[in-house]
Amino acid sequence: MTDLTTLTLAEALDGMEKKHFSSLEITDAFLSAIDKANPHLNAYVVVTPEIARERAKAADAKRASGKAGRLEGAPLGIKDLFCTEGVRTTACSNILGEFTPTYESTVSANLKRDGAVMLGKLNMDEFAMGSSNETSAFGPVVSPWRRGNEDAKLTPGGSSGGSASAVSADLCLGATATDTGGSIRQPAAFTGTVGIKPTYGRCSRWGIVAFASSLDQAGPIAKTVEDAAMLLQSMAGHDAKDSTSLTNALPDFRAATKRSIKGMVIGVPEEYRVDGMPEEIEALWQQGIEWVKAAGATVKKISLKHTKYALPTYYIVAPAEASSNLARYDGMRYGARVAGRDLNATYENTRASGFGKEVQRRILIGTYVLSAGYYDAYYLRAQKVRQRIAQDFRDAFAEVDAILTPATPSAAFALGEKSGDPVAMYLNDIFTVTANLAGLPALALPAAVDANGLPLGLQVIGKALDEESVFAVSAELERAAGFQAKAAKWWL
Amino acid sequence: MSIDEKTVRKVAKLARLALPEERVKPMADELNGIMAWIEQLNEVDVEGVEPMTSAVEGMSLPMREDEVTAGDDPEKVLKNAPKSEDGFFVVPKVVE
Repeated sequence: MTDLTTLTLAEALDGMEKKHFSSLEITDAFLSAIDKANPHLNAYVVVTPEIARERAKAADAKRASGKAGRLEGAPLGIKDLFCTEGVRTTACSNILGEFTPTYESTVSANLKRDGAVMLGKLNMDEFAMGSSNETSAFGPVVSPWRRGNEDAKLTPGGSSGGSASAVSADLCLGATATDTGGSIRQPAAFTGTVGIKPTYGRCSRWGIVAFASSLDQAGPIAKTVEDAAMLLQSMAGHDAKDSTSLTNALPDFRAATKRSIKGMVIGVPEEYRVDGMPEEIEALWQQGIEWVKAAGATVKKISLKHTKYALPTYYIVAPAEASSNLARYDGMRYGARVAGRDLNATYENTRASGFGKEVQRRILIGTYVLSAGYYDAYYLRAQKVRQRIAQDFRDAFAEVDAILTPATPSAAFALGEKSGDPVAMYLNDIFTVTANLAGLPALALPAAVDANGLPLGLQVIGKALDEESVFAVSAELERAAGFQAKAAKWWL
Repeated sequence: MSIDEKTVRKVAKLARLALPEERVKPMADELNGIMAWIEQLNEVDVEGVEPMTSAVEGMSLPMREDEVTAGDDPEKVLKNAPKSEDGFFVVPKVVE
């Protein structure tokens, strides 16, 4: 029998429907793969074999009775930012201690409703603040990918590093992830996987530990564009418990992946060409342009002239919102409390020992830019620049149907390589952060490998609510690229 | 605008983060590094631009009836409390 863990989500669902194997069999295959790989990759922070097997058995019974849900019996990983009832959820921060939610996030509940099986909780940067997974309280995730024959440990990217590493290493069929500045798309690009951040408001934020509420969006990391479409279909949808949840009906995302892109106009922004970007990424971008042309689309140069201001804008807006959101961690109602001589000292000690270095840095920046006398100079100005960035996109989308860019300015780097310089680390998100600021859907997919054999990704950005065009263009690029590279399973 | 050590202490106080004295100077340096990079936003002409306060265009916050839709489950609420007693959270003394 083939190794069930190497199947795509679509193939696995098909295999179960045709009774080639059961959910329990594929679930056990993943649990055994996790046992072998996780000591090396650190992708899962909690593995839930009992829950997984119980749900797999229930899924098999449901399928046998002809009532299979859309994802019936499909084993998935859940990022530790999603609250899961009865299963420890910490956002990979010490401040949450052994927090065990008594409720389920809407996104993970939607997946459960459709029959998905949870394998466990996936590692991530603490509170999703990071681009390399090195800020996790549980230690960094290691990418299954390596540079040629070197054994240096590479980052799977961040903050959804556990999700990306697990999908890439065949430790789940797909995973939930979240994206505030690129945390789905950058890890996907680094690990040869597909990740989409949908339009802001498509996925409910209810039950997802909040980082920067005006930017946070959930989405899937998957093996193929079609798999990503299927997962998003289940994750998304209106939820009255999130006041920013969209009421718009969900289109058929999977059907959009089969759609022709003939006649579409694809925008190529001049400004997504940065100093020091490797030749290979520029070449891949040009190749992407040729691929969409060959499929009958027209390519048009566009200008998104405020692009260079997106990251500095983000590093005001996101820390400001984070400093406010993270004020709730005071050690009184949940999490780890560290006593002090009085109430204030207890708060201060709790927060100083519970939050990691990067989180503290961002809380301080956020508090500073929101403090009396600085609000107008920083936060208000950043909101205005954000409007400029969004306007650039609105202008561009008057002329084009989708935008094609590289996903990241480099391939994956080694753990420790950038952790000493916050700004160098922040620059990783230069191509992804704009879509968060403008609230737009954007997908990263693998399209080539570099000279070291590491994956490189392309990004497709769409109009608000037009994930369908994003899926159509991405699926076309995926077919043209025929990306087949796979990380060797060196841990076996 | 440069962030001095006094400002770092003040901001840490506002954020309720105990910052050991030996961390104050390095933190000031780190924050200044980041803020210096952020200063480039001053180049952007934002005259007459409306601040963007919502990621979704034209969306207003929905209203609902003011009624209890969840709750009445003190056990669940207290389940993760570091300290609780008789259905209450136990916190350090607030009023002398």
